Amino acid sequence: MRKLTGGLMWVVVGVVLVPLYWTLVASLTPENRLFGTPSLLPGRLVLDHYRALFEARDFWIPIRNSLVVAGLTTLLSVTLGSACAYALARMAFPGKTLTLALVLAVSMFPQISIVSPLYLVLREVGLLNTYPGLVLPYMTFAMPLTIWLLVGFFRQLPADLEEAAFMDGAGRLRTIWEVVLPISAPGLATAAILTFLYSWNEFLFALSFAMGPERYTVPVAIALFRGQYQVPWGEILAAAMVASVPVAVIILVAQRRIVSGLTAGAVKG
Amino acid sequence: MAGISLRQAGKRFPKGQVAVENLSLDIADGELLVLVGPSGSGKSTVLRLIAGLEAPSSGRIFIDGEDVTDLPPQQRDLAMVFQNYALYPHKNVRENLAFGLRMRGMAPTAIDERVSRVAAALGIDTLLDRRPAELSGGQRQRVALGRAIVREPRAFLLDEPLSNLDPLLRTGTRAELALLHRRLSATMVYVTHDQEEAMTLGTRIAVMNQGRLEQVGAPLELYERPATVFVARFVGAPAMNLWRDDEGGQPVTFGVRPHDISVVAPGSGEMDGVVEVVEPLGPQTVVHLAVPGRDELLRVMVSGTQRVNAGDCVGLRWPNDRVHVFDANGGRRA
Repeated sequence: MRKLTGGLMWVVVGVVLVPLYWTLVASLTPENRLFGTPSLLPGRLVLDHYRALFEARDFWIPIRNSLVVAGLTTLLSVTLGSACAYALARMAFPGKTLTLALVLAVSMFPQISIVSPLYLVLREVGLLNTYPGLVLPYMTFAMPLTIWLLVGFFRQLPADLEEAAFMDGAGRLRTIWEVVLPISAPGLATAAILTFLYSWNEFLFALSFAMGPERYTVPVAIALFRGQYQVPWGEILAAAMVASVPVAVIILVAQRRIVSGLTAGAVKG
Repeated sequence: MAGISLRQAGKRFPKGQVAVENLSLDIADGELLVLVGPSGSGKSTVLRLIAGLEAPSSGRIFIDGEDVTDLPPQQRDLAMVFQNYALYPHKNVRENLAFGLRMRGMAPTAIDERVSRVAAALGIDTLLDRRPAELSGGQRQRVALGRAIVREPRAFLLDEPLSNLDPLLRTGTRAELALLHRRLSATMVYVTHDQEEAMTLGTRIAVMNQGRLEQVGAPLELYERPATVFVARFVGAPAMNLWRDDEGGQPVTFGVRPHDISVVAPGSGEMDGVVEVVEPLGPQTVVHLAVPGRDELLRVMVSGTQRVNAGDCVGLRWPNDRVHVFDANGGRRA
């Protein structure tokens, strides 16, 4: 049985890793050999595509744009989302359940269905082709995610801890700052990581609301490498490898946190 | 230190459930009052009303004569020890103790001095740099107590502080709490469901049942003269023997404590019974007997040296002045 599951694991890992391996090898293969007889073992490896990516194409710009947009989205949605989630989890006010349902409802619209209205709104307020013009639309999916994740997280924190702080003389804000937030670090980290990954990989909004190369994010820039007469596969694959680096780093560093944060609200401690 | 008063306090939860009803209670300065009752009797709610963690639906609450009904917990200057201790898990013991002082704007040097003094008194001075997760249950309990003591509050509220300790540690800590109360001569309100804890600790005991006070009095007063059938059954272990009867056409309940019944030769007592179960406790033995005309077994406490065996037929005798009589509503008849 153990042998079987072990073997199955390697099959799954292989299925996942082969395309990644293929991408890596192809991104290091010279252009003229890319369409030769495919071989699993690479022949001559060159950095031509990476050099072209950063010298000819100035790939730093989309990377910077993606970092700014994904970073701002994460920062805003975790800050605002945690305040909102705390209120929904802990305080009594009329229309609480309805608010929570509305938050969820927002994330239920297919993205494509809100592209046109959002475009019109952004054009009207002059935010097309700006960072806020991407960050604000990203909040439409980042906030519901953050709020739902953190409401679950805050609810399973023992209320006694906050009451102990009240008895100790701490006001509500002081209690949130000194007690609730520090012990919510796993939940906040999970929300931040998931938001960052979604924003980093987002394509549709970025394609629709960024008008020129100076505001393209990484996914959009890669998609637009394709020229009228040729598809620079080497550079596309090199860019894909570069775009995966932050994601891979975050996942490797934070995978434990993500798992514990995602399951924290599920089971009562 | 301060006295605490509740005046016709009531708590009704939004779903209509009544936790506390029309409760008036005066807790004297320096007194250790134990609120005791089964789970759901409203005793924890009373504590939370005093703390300010719940707002009463009716009535007023006074501390030292000052109406604090509308004051938030932060401004009542009370300290609370929670059942699960509620230590701040991300702060070490020192920071846990200092937090309340820091919130009140005390100078850092004064805080250090006070924390060290209390930690030394409680024997936790070697644990100051540890986090709660690195402490044993007993140590956590001490830190929770320390966090309350260090504040020098107007009164202490303790919510079943011993229920998470193992039995051996519990009796030891119970004695320490009694000592602490005497040394600080502090006002304490202590919630428990354990009648033995209540009897041994309380200056006075308030027995609660279904959101109402059944009786308030000194421990032995409750034991000797329970005001209601509920108190009679709840206070004292093993519980009082109770049986319904008729007296001149009026339904009444008679009660006799197991300690007040003696085992004598068959036929020479008030009634005869057959021994069903014998529970030797060492100094004393609890004997359960089947008595004709009663469904429930009768409990009798005899000396540990007295030999009683299951299956024996024995006589039972008790002095007439040890019989408690309650009327149809469960109230004591003088």
